[in-house]
Amino acid sequence: MGPLVINEIISENTNLLLAFFIGIAFGFVLEQGGFSSSRKLAGVFYGYDTVVLKVFFTGAITAMLGLLFFSLFDWVDLSIVYVNETYLWSSVVGGVIMGAGFIMGGYCPGTSFCGAAIGKIDAYVFIAGLFIGIFLFGEAYEWFEPLYLAEFWGSPRISEFFGLSEGVTVLLVILAAVAMFWMGEKAEKMFPRDEY
Amino acid sequence: MTMETIRKPRNYMNPYLAGVLLGLVVLAANFISGRGLGASGAVKSAIVAGVETVAPKHAAASPFYDSYSKAHEGKPLNNWLVYQMLGVIVGGFVSGVVSRRLTWKVEHNPGIQSRTRLLFALAGGVLFGLGSQLGRGCTSGSALSGMAVLSLGGFISMAAIFGTAFMLAYFFRKLWI
Repeated sequence: MGPLVINEIISENTNLLLAFFIGIAFGFVLEQGGFSSSRKLAGVFYGYDTVVLKVFFTGAITAMLGLLFFSLFDWVDLSIVYVNETYLWSSVVGGVIMGAGFIMGGYCPGTSFCGAAIGKIDAYVFIAGLFIGIFLFGEAYEWFEPLYLAEFWGSPRISEFFGLSEGVTVLLVILAAVAMFWMGEKAEKMFPRDEY
Repeated sequence: MTMETIRKPRNYMNPYLAGVLLGLVVLAANFISGRGLGASGAVKSAIVAGVETVAPKHAAASPFYDSYSKAHEGKPLNNWLVYQMLGVIVGGFVSGVVSRRLTWKVEHNPGIQSRTRLLFALAGGVLFGLGSQLGRGCTSGSALSGMAVLSLGGFISMAAIFGTAFMLAYFFRKLWI
């Protein structure tokens, strides 16, 4: 059955319309969770508010489990769902640069649009920065290219990489998430902050 | 009831509930469209479209702009992520309305000035934008959606983003605490 657009159950135009509705749900949930506030987002790095950890990892394990069940019920063919490619070095270096951007800017791209939607001026400035950063990469692409294309590993799943079944992998991620939730709750008690 | 209590923003949703709902949105994207969510890709689409319009020869000569445009049949803005991001803005706005959180403000720690906050927001945005290109996606597209389909690259992105932010947190603590 799924993915609906790849199996031609819905048309490409319907797919784009549904992208808009998926986006509405995405933006609504992010804002309701508090992701429109840079001070809440940055809280995870100082322990006073670990909402990022809780929402992000609950989201990731819900989606993982959902996809596993959908695949068990034959509702979605996981072999044709897009799996992000792994280019080892550009992934690591890109992640490090994004991490620096996160702690300095207090937002990531999705949350900055969410903050901008409710009037955060710092979010607009962050978005202006995103445009500049992507443009700089585009202009300097040839300089980045060797790193960008190095160590291409295809699209491996982490389960294949460690030789585990998908179910066991997801179980391990859930256990790790629960341990992190426990640490997050502890951290909020250890580094409380009244108002921010 | 006084004006004070009427104007007070509502509380945020329980984070675990918000997480489950976020996961269901990722699941829906995979079920309907066979792909995950994203954010930086929409900005990239706008940049590619902008450069193509302003400097078409320059865009055609660069593999970065040209291959992206070709992959989207010459219409980089007519793209899944662009529609999804327009939705994010609407959804965030609607949530802000129902929870009474719409206000124009520069949000920052009282220990720093607005100008400092904005300067670092700009610098952070530049870095995040650049890094998202190397990482082939940001926290939404590479880390969250990548992890959902168990992509090794997704886990690497997640660890690199959060790990670096944790390691640098001490040096930027004045911005936040």
